[in-house]
Amino acid sequence: MKLVTVAGPPSSGKTSVILKLIEGMDMDKGSIGVVKFDCLTSFDKLSYQEAGIPVHIGFSGKICPDHYYVSNIEDAVQWGIQSGFDLLITESAGLCNRCSPYINGILSVCVIDNLSGINTPRKIGPMMRFADIVVITKGDIVSQAEREVFAFNVKQVNTAAKVIFVNGITGQGIFLLATFLKLARDIRTLKDLKLRFTTPAAVCSYCTGETRIGEAYQMGMLKKLEFDGK
Amino acid sequence: MSTKDFVTYVKSNNLVDVLQDYPIAKDFLANFRLDAISKALPLPQALEEVEEETLDEFGLDKHGMLQKFYMFMENFAQREETSTTVSSLTILGGLNKLKKRESIELTIVSGEVVSVVGPTGSGKSRLLNDIECLAQRDTPTGRQILINGEALDEIQRFEMGGKLVAQLSQNMNFVMDLTVREFLEKHANGRLAKNADEIVEKCFLCANELAGEKFPIDTKVTQLSGGQSRALMIADTANMSNSPIILIDEIENAGIDRRQAVELLAKSEKIILISTHDPLLALMADKRIVIKNGGIDRVIETSDTERKSLAAIEKIDNTLQMFRNRLRTGEIITEDLLR
Ligand SMILES: Nc1ncnc2c1ncn2[C@@H]1O[C@H](COP(=O)(O)OP(=O)(O)O)[C@@H](O)[C@H]1O
Ligand SMILES: [Mg+2]
Repeated sequence: MKLVTVAGPPSSGKTSVILKLIEGMDMDKGSIGVVKFDCLTSFDKLSYQEAGIPVHIGFSGKICPDHYYVSNIEDAVQWGIQSGFDLLITESAGLCNRCSPYINGILSVCVIDNLSGINTPRKIGPMMRFADIVVITKGDIVSQAEREVFAFNVKQVNTAAKVIFVNGITGQGIFLLATFLKLARDIRTLKDLKLRFTTPAAVCSYCTGETRIGEAYQMGMLKKLEFDGK
Repeated sequence: MSTKDFVTYVKSNNLVDVLQDYPIAKDFLANFRLDAISKALPLPQALEEVEEETLDEFGLDKHGMLQKFYMFMENFAQREETSTTVSSLTILGGLNKLKKRESIELTIVSGEVVSVVGPTGSGKSRLLNDIECLAQRDTPTGRQILINGEALDEIQRFEMGGKLVAQLSQNMNFVMDLTVREFLEKHANGRLAKNADEIVEKCFLCANELAGEKFPIDTKVTQLSGGQSRALMIADTANMSNSPIILIDEIENAGIDRRQAVELLAKSEKIILISTHDPLLALMADKRIVIKNGGIDRVIETSDTERKSLAAIEKIDNTLQMFRNRLRTGEIITEDLLR
């Protein structure tokens, strides 16, 4: 089974891109499955079900989404293999700019939208910097020049990435993405593979349910902001 | 310069000089939160003073950061982009919406302007999209696009895609929170243009010539009217873009001097396709493709007789324009204005 990880900021068009992509992969219905990692709620289940795509959803709830992802991805892979998929796509929302659900050797796609602001590619961290492919959506409604400037800013932070413009509504550009996905390698397990980037380090009192504010309640991994004059 | 040359160059020059030679390096520093780094030293030494933790937050150590910088420089410190030479584009017919064969093989050479006409929903935009993605019988129409007479494989399509084609359509808007000047500067820098200031100035003057209503250079691009936006997009495409193919999808309703716009673009020895309902634009083209039921029905060469009627059409167009201006300025419209 091939595994592809798709990540991107909320509302950047991940689900539309994946749906179009599955259409464009030209594979048997039922041979592609999706695992969606989300935080609290998700409305994507319906979209996938309507399209007849087997989907599994996981909510991280109060756990850091990246930690949740790493601790469940191997189970997701085994679910995919047992379901007889040829391709499993994971979709995860990058909720903080530091999120990065990418694994060495596993094809990684970052979806980002052209309307999200000119400096956004420079602000998103590892999710953008460590992706193999950067998909830019909503390019059909902005000027050619802005599309170019946006792609340039993406290239600046991830020089090695392939940048592909995809229209999530018409599917324009999807064929190229599909071509690269076909090159993803087959896997049986992720055991002993490594994340491309460490997940947020956070074992502090607030992780374990502390809600009170003040130094007396802070324990564990802390990072303090320095204010002038202190 | 090769990567090796860059390595030597970066090691033997203080950062302040590197920034002087390659202003784009400033973006790199900003991207990795290294703005405050000591500029009086070469980057390898300056990095020694940076806290490990800062680098670690980007998943890098000093060595990794240096490698990133070399790679960045190699990609972005080059001279102006070179563009692919395209001397011709060929459309090989596919199937129309009724699944009937489209028996056509049309070659368009650089310097030619071709218009695309047909009822709404007939498939004009689809044809332009086929060209944009350099279709290889894998779009709903089954058309194939050849460049310089040759089919393209996936990798060529990818590498050419985006660089080959510049698009302009009614749906496009500016979304960046920048003034016209900042916007043009950003684009010029992105294009790695050498004489950026000159090009910015030229684009701005040109856009104002095309626009029905003039605008100052410190206007926010998002505040431009539809016509002004279109004028700026055309001026930008004509002056700044290296793309050898230009696709224009229905821009006639915009308040711009269409004739001048097409002439400006045509001057640039590019391949230009314009989907339009506007007789003025259609007849200014060398040829027009007639679309029916999703397929190319016929291709008509603009004859001398047709060209002659262009003058008459232009007169009618000017009359309409005059009415429009009068309405705008609050004047009264009377029939004798037609005489
Ligand atoms: N040859 C074709 N085969 C199948 N569908 C087509 C074909 N040509 C056009 N279409 C579809 O018809 C619809 C209308 O076409 P469009 O290009 O938007 O029309 P126009 O730009 O002329 O108004 C689109 O959904 C398009 O994909
Ligand atoms: Mg159209």
